Amino acid sequence: MALSPAWAGWLAVLGILSILWYLAGEYRWLTQYPQDWIIPLRYWISDFMRWLVREASFGLFTFRELTRAFAWLLDIPLQACLHLLAHGIVLPLGEGGLRLPPLPWIGVLSAMVYLAWRVGDRGLVILVGCSFGYLVLFGQWQSAMVTLSSILVAVPLGVVAGAGLGILAYRHRSVEKAITPILDLMQTVPVFAYLVPVLFLFGFGPVSAMIATIIYAMPPMVRVTLLALKTAPVEITEFGRMAGCTSRQLMWKILLPASRHSLMVGVNQVIMLSLNMVIIASMIGAGGLGHDVLTALRRLAIGSGLEAGLAITLLAISLDRLSKATAEYQAKPARLRGRRGPLASVSIGVGMIAILAASYLVGTAMPSLAVFPQQFAVSTGPFWDELVRLVNIHLYDYLDAFKSTLLIYVLIPIKRALMEAPWPGVALLVGFAGWRLGGPRLAVVVTLLVLFIAITGNWRNAMISVYLCGISVIIATAIGIPVGILGASSERMHRLVQAIVDTLQTLPSFVYLIPVVMLFQVGEFSAIIAIVLYALAPAIRYTDHGLRGVSPEIIEAARMSGCRPWQTLAKVRLPLAMPAIMLGVNQTIMMALSMLVITALVGTNDLGQEVYIALTRADIGHGIVAGVCVAFIAIVADRLIGAWADRRKRLLGLT
Amino acid sequence: MSKPTATIRTGILALASAGLLAASSLATHAQDYPESSDPIRITLHDWTGQHVTSRIMGSVLEEMGYNVEYIQADYLAQFAGLESGDLHVAMEIWETTGKDALDASLATGDTVDLGETGMEAIEEWWYPLYVKEDCPGLPNWEALNDCAELFATAQTSPKGRYLGGPVTWGGYDDERVEALGLDFEVVHAGTDAALFAEVQSAYQRQQPILAWIYTPHWAPIQFEGEWVEFPPYEDACYEDPSWGINPDMAYDCGKPRGWIKAVGWAGGEEKWPAAYEAIRNFQITNEEMGDLIGKIDLDGMPTEAAVQEWMQSNEEAWRAWVPQN
Repeated sequence: MALSPAWAGWLAVLGILSILWYLAGEYRWLTQYPQDWIIPLRYWISDFMRWLVREASFGLFTFRELTRAFAWLLDIPLQACLHLLAHGIVLPLGEGGLRLPPLPWIGVLSAMVYLAWRVGDRGLVILVGCSFGYLVLFGQWQSAMVTLSSILVAVPLGVVAGAGLGILAYRHRSVEKAITPILDLMQTVPVFAYLVPVLFLFGFGPVSAMIATIIYAMPPMVRVTLLALKTAPVEITEFGRMAGCTSRQLMWKILLPASRHSLMVGVNQVIMLSLNMVIIASMIGAGGLGHDVLTALRRLAIGSGLEAGLAITLLAISLDRLSKATAEYQAKPARLRGRRGPLASVSIGVGMIAILAASYLVGTAMPSLAVFPQQFAVSTGPFWDELVRLVNIHLYDYLDAFKSTLLIYVLIPIKRALMEAPWPGVALLVGFAGWRLGGPRLAVVVTLLVLFIAITGNWRNAMISVYLCGISVIIATAIGIPVGILGASSERMHRLVQAIVDTLQTLPSFVYLIPVVMLFQVGEFSAIIAIVLYALAPAIRYTDHGLRGVSPEIIEAARMSGCRPWQTLAKVRLPLAMPAIMLGVNQTIMMALSMLVITALVGTNDLGQEVYIALTRADIGHGIVAGVCVAFIAIVADRLIGAWADRRKRLLGLT
Repeated sequence: MSKPTATIRTGILALASAGLLAASSLATHAQDYPESSDPIRITLHDWTGQHVTSRIMGSVLEEMGYNVEYIQADYLAQFAGLESGDLHVAMEIWETTGKDALDASLATGDTVDLGETGMEAIEEWWYPLYVKEDCPGLPNWEALNDCAELFATAQTSPKGRYLGGPVTWGGYDDERVEALGLDFEVVHAGTDAALFAEVQSAYQRQQPILAWIYTPHWAPIQFEGEWVEFPPYEDACYEDPSWGINPDMAYDCGKPRGWIKAVGWAGGEEKWPAAYEAIRNFQITNEEMGDLIGKIDLDGMPTEAAVQEWMQSNEEAWRAWVPQN
């Protein structure tokens, strides 16, 4: 039997890899990249930053003064929101100043419910009412308003900047080319890696936290804008040209309004990601709910931490649904919006302001409606603390046995094997895979990315990261895909699964990190559990989404030709949904990698830990290089899977 | 009807303000602070005790008429901010964990040493008291090897497991294990939250655990336990390999106990001299601090409330820090 050249190639590469693996015992430099060969990139970056912060100058003013001025500018809207929602303001009038309290809780709550009622259905009203009611009742109001303030500033800025960049990239091909790799890095370099430079340039405090949030949350907006503009129906553009639009008019009057629906997807992403950053932002001075979660967990008050964490989740879900509903409402033709027609949007705004103003007066008369009395606040904290204690005392032995078995027979052997992986062999294998899946260009790119990790001296740490993420991704997909299939089975299941996924994605991982440590001790096992929990969401979401997207005609045809339900699933729906599912796996890998820095807080010794150590030592170069290595692992995985999914799509005739 | 009362009230007000004026003019004569109304930015880190010292000092400075802002900043990353003047005062730099960073920062000349705070940092290997039943040789370190099995887990067996602090906090535990020939493996927790989560979990189950614990902190207040007694620390132990029982290696002793110092931005020396002097006078004992931390972390009292209570009942103590010319 003759081997096809592709298979022969694979065999050859695997052969070389195993020979190198075998030789690794003899030649240490194969697994441990020699110290002398390391390019001291991290020191170069640190030196450059030092120069930038201390000396760089444009003649009239220094670089640092420029960034500081920028920070000062951003501080203005942030302070305005903080005063309005959380702190109130002292006006320099009369003796000792006139103190104006912040907006009362009853007002903000009513205004939000009013908005929900106008733009959405009863479900939305209940959701928003309950969420904000929770904030009041559980004594989270003050902190929640601090968090909300930074979100209210960060989200519009992120959306506007993101859309602007997207438009620019649409207009100029060169901008698009330049911006794509930068976006990749922004989305995959762990936040901790750029926190320190941000702190140096923009000063310590809430503004820096906000800037980091914007950097983290903006990329999806750019991508979505670019995609929406590119995929706008040709007919619309043609129509605009025929009507004699200038290209500016075409953009603002036709293209952007027409793609409003897609743009909202980007807005939602910005909201969700901004709220994801709440905890990390509070580590550098943002305060608010994130700070409450951290302080509670630091004194091991798991219940209080959970309550504050849940407040973040509810805030995220409410804002997400509200923005979605608002967008859909505005997209509706005016005649369907109810009596008031085109003025409806304006009237909603007026109504909200009226409610806030009225509540301000009511709040002055009845203080308990302005500031919820502390003694009425509810807490379920002790219940959760007790629950964790009971699980710890009674179930620990079983959990421990489970953990030990898995560690000894599965995890540790895999880790050993990966630690022995020779870097030239791995680079060769990845390069060959790139060549087979996507051609010579991809092969060169991925090989260079892998070699970068080795020559900057991060090989061993990177291998531990690959091990942690690899195992977690396998477990997450093994759980997530079946759950996604379940979710696609009925509308009811779909809603249930959706709720689980939303919670998993917005509940700060720190909340479950500490109980996990209590039950599974400090170590890689706890880290893996935390990564799995976080990375599960996209695996479920995309499977569900992909299966639902299979066209009904094809399913009908399958049934006509006598397929049983499981045959339809296994032979028709799953293969057709495979590209979507692979995209989910891709996202799972991204999520897993982005969790690495969080698991560093438990105690690992991988790239995430390096980034974290660099953060605490304010070692900019080290942090950025280790962060970029994480990003490169992500990009290699992304490109390979993307190329594979494209091939499958072509084979299935989906594109 | 209302007129006389109004006059009386104005009269009283006038009297009171005259008195105040007199008092304040006296005061300005004796003391010229606040020298600047710019806020003094005090850093907050991630442990309760540090919040307490910062808030106490902040409250005293506010009593002196200064404006104070609290900024969340990382323990080691903050030095960059202190050097540039973004941040002004950090109340707790521990000799045990931050000495190198402090020395490096002081060497730049952009920060100044604001003196010891009176507290003594203790950090060492620690075990809960119930462990002693199974390992009667403790607290002597030589007993550790006989009990290594007791502290072992699936991953470390047959070696014992010692849960160390975050890597960035230093401490030379890996070196200590090697120098003293201990049959233990050091596992580093990533944060102190993770560290104490595991200690609490083991304590709830009354299972043996050997971990790195420091004080002032709530853990040694809540959990009954003892520190392992290693050969006592001397400078020579860390510097000179021939010192101690292992002639070839340093670190064959326990950990140093040490000062906790305040540090400030050098520019503040001229901007707020009286404030810096008050900070230099700051003194608090381990016992007082332990008491406050217990109230906050164990009884759930808000930090501000606990600090206010302390300020009220210790007025004499903090008044003494305020410089009198």
